[in-house]
Amino acid sequence: MIRATTGMLLAATVLASAGMAHAADVTLTIESWRNDDLAIWQEKLIPAFQAKNPGIKLVFSPTAPTEYNASLNAKLDAGSAGDIITCRPFDASLELFNKKQLVDLTGLSGMSNFSPVAKAAWSTDDGSKTFCVPMASVIHGFIYNKDAFEKLGIAVPKTNDEFYAALDKIKKDGTYIPLAMGTKDLWEAATMGYQNIGPNYWKGEDGRKALIEGKQKLTDADWVKPYEELAKWKPYLGDGFEAQTYSDSQNLFTLGRAAIYPAGSWEISLFNSQAQFKMGAFPPPVPKAGDTGYISDHPDIGVALNAKSAHQEEAKKFLTWVASPEFADIYANALPGFFSLNSTPVKMADPLAQEFVSWRGTFKPSVRSTYQILSRGKPNLENETWVESANVINGTDTPKVAAEKLQKGLDSWYKPAK
Amino acid sequence: MLCPRKPKKTGKAMSDINTPAALQPVSIRRPVRWHIAVFLLPAFIVYSAIMVLPLIETLRLSFFNTVDGVSTFIGLANYQVLFGDQRWAHDFWNALRNNLVFFAIHMCVQNPIGIALAALLSTPKLRFVAFYRTAIFLPTLLSFVIVGFVWKLILSPIWGVAPWLMGLVGMKSLFAPWLGQSGPALVAVSLISNWQYIGIPMMLIYAALLSIPEEVIEAAEMDGITGWSQFWKIKLPLILPAIGIISILTFVGNFNAFDLVYTIQGALAGPDMSTDILGTLLYRTFFGFQLQLGDRSMGATIATVMFLIILAGVSFYLFAIQRRMRRYQF
Repeated sequence: MIRATTGMLLAATVLASAGMAHAADVTLTIESWRNDDLAIWQEKLIPAFQAKNPGIKLVFSPTAPTEYNASLNAKLDAGSAGDIITCRPFDASLELFNKKQLVDLTGLSGMSNFSPVAKAAWSTDDGSKTFCVPMASVIHGFIYNKDAFEKLGIAVPKTNDEFYAALDKIKKDGTYIPLAMGTKDLWEAATMGYQNIGPNYWKGEDGRKALIEGKQKLTDADWVKPYEELAKWKPYLGDGFEAQTYSDSQNLFTLGRAAIYPAGSWEISLFNSQAQFKMGAFPPPVPKAGDTGYISDHPDIGVALNAKSAHQEEAKKFLTWVASPEFADIYANALPGFFSLNSTPVKMADPLAQEFVSWRGTFKPSVRSTYQILSRGKPNLENETWVESANVINGTDTPKVAAEKLQKGLDSWYKPAK
Repeated sequence: MLCPRKPKKTGKAMSDINTPAALQPVSIRRPVRWHIAVFLLPAFIVYSAIMVLPLIETLRLSFFNTVDGVSTFIGLANYQVLFGDQRWAHDFWNALRNNLVFFAIHMCVQNPIGIALAALLSTPKLRFVAFYRTAIFLPTLLSFVIVGFVWKLILSPIWGVAPWLMGLVGMKSLFAPWLGQSGPALVAVSLISNWQYIGIPMMLIYAALLSIPEEVIEAAEMDGITGWSQFWKIKLPLILPAIGIISILTFVGNFNAFDLVYTIQGALAGPDMSTDILGTLLYRTFFGFQLQLGDRSMGATIATVMFLIILAGVSFYLFAIQRRMRRYQF
């Protein structure tokens, strides 16, 4: 944190003085929640862009992830936000577009590099207008300790039965905690748990769309089943998992004390730098052998143009570059685990990232069920899902009660179009 | 040299005043005392700008809401939603109940222990008083972020020293991941807050105890009142006003609390909303959280209700308790 701040100050100083030297240069400020990417922007992405576009300077200015939405909204309202806005997927950004704070980018050259599915997270409900350039998606799955699996003679589980057999074996051996996950921070249980294994049960996009259309309910068996599975995870978690935070889980796994980590692909670069053992990854196990597998391939980051920016032309130049295969290549390789949404396939060097992205071939991708439309009201379905997922694992609520609570909350404001 | 001259001067001054001329009503035109206004002005401006105006603006905002994209006056409708809508009401009463528990724990643990520590510190025979005083007061000066982080680590079932320390005295089996359990979490957070702020009641009471005149204590001793009965019968009644002040400070502080819960348990005040107090509810509502967007009007409504709760508590104290409190003058 301190290093990041110092880095930012340093960058600000350097860039400010550089800006003074070329007074005619246009400076574009990029708003983002990706603190962790500061170095990559400064060392790779910004120089690559500036080399090709003399006269445009870029400043990457990130905010803490949990504060990002609130501070961005406040800055946009006050008219003090940066030129380039990093977009959260779905409603948070759609709301900004509806308030006319983001520019319509449907006609931007380079937009054709993205499939409609990739653009869905940043398009209006009818898909007619797109307001952010898709940057990257993240894939859920499980990262495991290869050394541990070899030592205990466990094959990579493909089905649910194999998954629990593996967990039992690790537990019986006692050297490793079978699953590195805690419920203290709530979102771990929801994102790495429920949204990770869920698509296999609610059949990916089919279930998600049916939920939005009101044809299915969260109390249906397909939606309760993932909770029943989560409840079964409890005995395999570490001692005191109720107070185990997200960073505790990360550390337990990278220190080699846990065998399997329910993951999101964004962990890859951190784990690569910290873990001293070989790692592998497997997709969420299917209920029965032969079932179609589904994965959560969730669009996570896009970039948009602030409608109040004084440098619309330069900003569009930058966004066109972000939409180019060149950017996709630098970005995906600099940040293994953030997979480019560009239609041009990107060759990635990282084996773990390769493993994740290879699932796109055999598994049907889906996005997180709570993100589109369903988290527009109060109570917010995503936030409620955090609380209930943790409750189910802690045993505070049964899967059935949790599902009923979620559906009741959703019913209180959401009326699906008939 | 100086001494003999002094009385003379005083005498002269006295005689000046007593001369009839000085008593005669001279038409004194008092100059307009501009300096009062000038000296008050900075404080007035600052106070209005950062306290009074935001308060009024908050009150105003709570009567407005966005209807079809336009901010519209809607009277008490926001309050109707807060108390009438099942979900809002559930969240609000849950937060208020937790807040009352939070306050009760402060009143039952922090303040009595603070008073006891002050009483111990004021015993004349105690050595290293300055050390204890500083050590106990020190956490109060720490940032809540540090306190929250340190205690999260101490109580961590994975890396924490708490399980190990309890193991040393054979109580390992009693350790539980308290911060993650919906029952004990609120108590644990309250006790952490007590640990941090115990220095404040201690210092105030300590000062009050020191200000009790020696004569009173001596007189008590002459009458044979010593030790415990001296504390109960002589000292406690004399420090009651200070205890009252501490109670009201605790009340206001607790119903404004937010920071420690936020650093330890996050904005969703988990697990299962069991540590959600009014401050965290206000934060989530006003600023939004994760996918939930902020709702300024409802946030302002909650802020106003918090203001009214604190106002009611303070008024109750001022009119019902402080007026009846007996004061002693020496």
